[in-house]
Amino acid sequence: MTEKITYVKSTSEFDELLAKEKLVLVDFWATWCAPCRMIAPVIEQLADKYDGKVAVAKVDVDQNQELSIRYGIQSIPTVILFNDGKVESKEIGVKPLASFTKMLDKHTA
Amino acid sequence: MVDIIVIGAGPAGLSAAVNAMTRGKTVRIFSSKENYLSKAERVDNHLGFYKMSGKELMDKFKEHAEAMNIKVEDGKVVNILPMGESFMVNINGEIAEAKKIILSMGVSKVKEIPGESKLLGMGVSYCATCDGMLYRNKNAVVWDQSNEALEEANFLQGIGVNVTFVSKNPRSEHLNKDIKYINGTLTEVIGDDVVKAVKIGDDVIETDAVFMLRDAVAPTALIDGLKTEGNFISVDRYMETNIEGVYAAGDITGKPLQLSKAVSEGLIAAQHAALQIDKTKEN
Repeated sequence: MTEKITYVKSTSEFDELLAKEKLVLVDFWATWCAPCRMIAPVIEQLADKYDGKVAVAKVDVDQNQELSIRYGIQSIPTVILFNDGKVESKEIGVKPLASFTKMLDKHTA
Repeated sequence: MVDIIVIGAGPAGLSAAVNAMTRGKTVRIFSSKENYLSKAERVDNHLGFYKMSGKELMDKFKEHAEAMNIKVEDGKVVNILPMGESFMVNINGEIAEAKKIILSMGVSKVKEIPGESKLLGMGVSYCATCDGMLYRNKNAVVWDQSNEALEEANFLQGIGVNVTFVSKNPRSEHLNKDIKYINGTLTEVIGDDVVKAVKIGDDVIETDAVFMLRDAVAPTALIDGLKTEGNFISVDRYMETNIEGVYAAGDITGKPLQLSKAVSEGLIAAQHAALQIDKTKEN
């Protein structure tokens, strides 16, 4: 497990992160969600690859229901890229590494 | 991790499994529905076997596979994720890993209804155990299109989802008594960004989610970016799809939808997959 991922524990912690970092990639997941376990290693790879360029965070939807309601999470995993605190783009469901790198390269290149 | 995961246990899938085993590869094979061959009254064009019923042949194939210690596992594959050197496979909530994948689910009979793909992940779900928890204390419609639908409806109700079961069959006595039941078929999913309602004939039922529990998930929904032509998966001479390490064999690759072709394609796919695994080991 990489230490480059922030495990969000509260709404205020999340809001601070969005205010501090320009680009934030957030993985909305839950412990009981099998597809979330599938993309977990992908998210870790992204955290390594974009270290210093994109902040990577994970939000457990059961522990942060306020956030999942705020962003209308209907299915998990949902991965959202925030740019200046706003939703820039979104990937729903199990996606390969390439779909995320495509999404991130647009903003980091 | 196993060497090869085969999805679908008809003639193509069983042939692939048998041939992977003979090449010394470890195999898991999954099936979620009855094979069409079993329903063929008579097959006369499979060399060496004539005047036989589809069921007799299918029984022979299963016997062959079992004799080689291949156990067909019951389970619907929900999605497949390429991980570079391997693949992760979600079998209705259980995660398995393999170096190569062979798709042999047969002809895709999945007919999408209006609104379905647009709202997939926005209230439309193919897997109750995957997304069910998100709809606790909310309304969900379960559309009965497979043998497991009833069980999954009961599961959803059990975790606190307010379930309405829609089925063309009469209400089963095994359905949880708290579940509402509607006799009918879904014709449309309504909603712009999220599911708002479903249409059942002329009736509109408001709901937060709709679980479409078919026997199989459409191949293109199974794995991202899979190239198809019409209803069939595109393959090369070695039965490999546009995604390296993912093969397709049998009716799923197109016409002729015949037994002998399915068996042959299963063999080609398995042998090529086995060869690629051996090559990787050497390097």
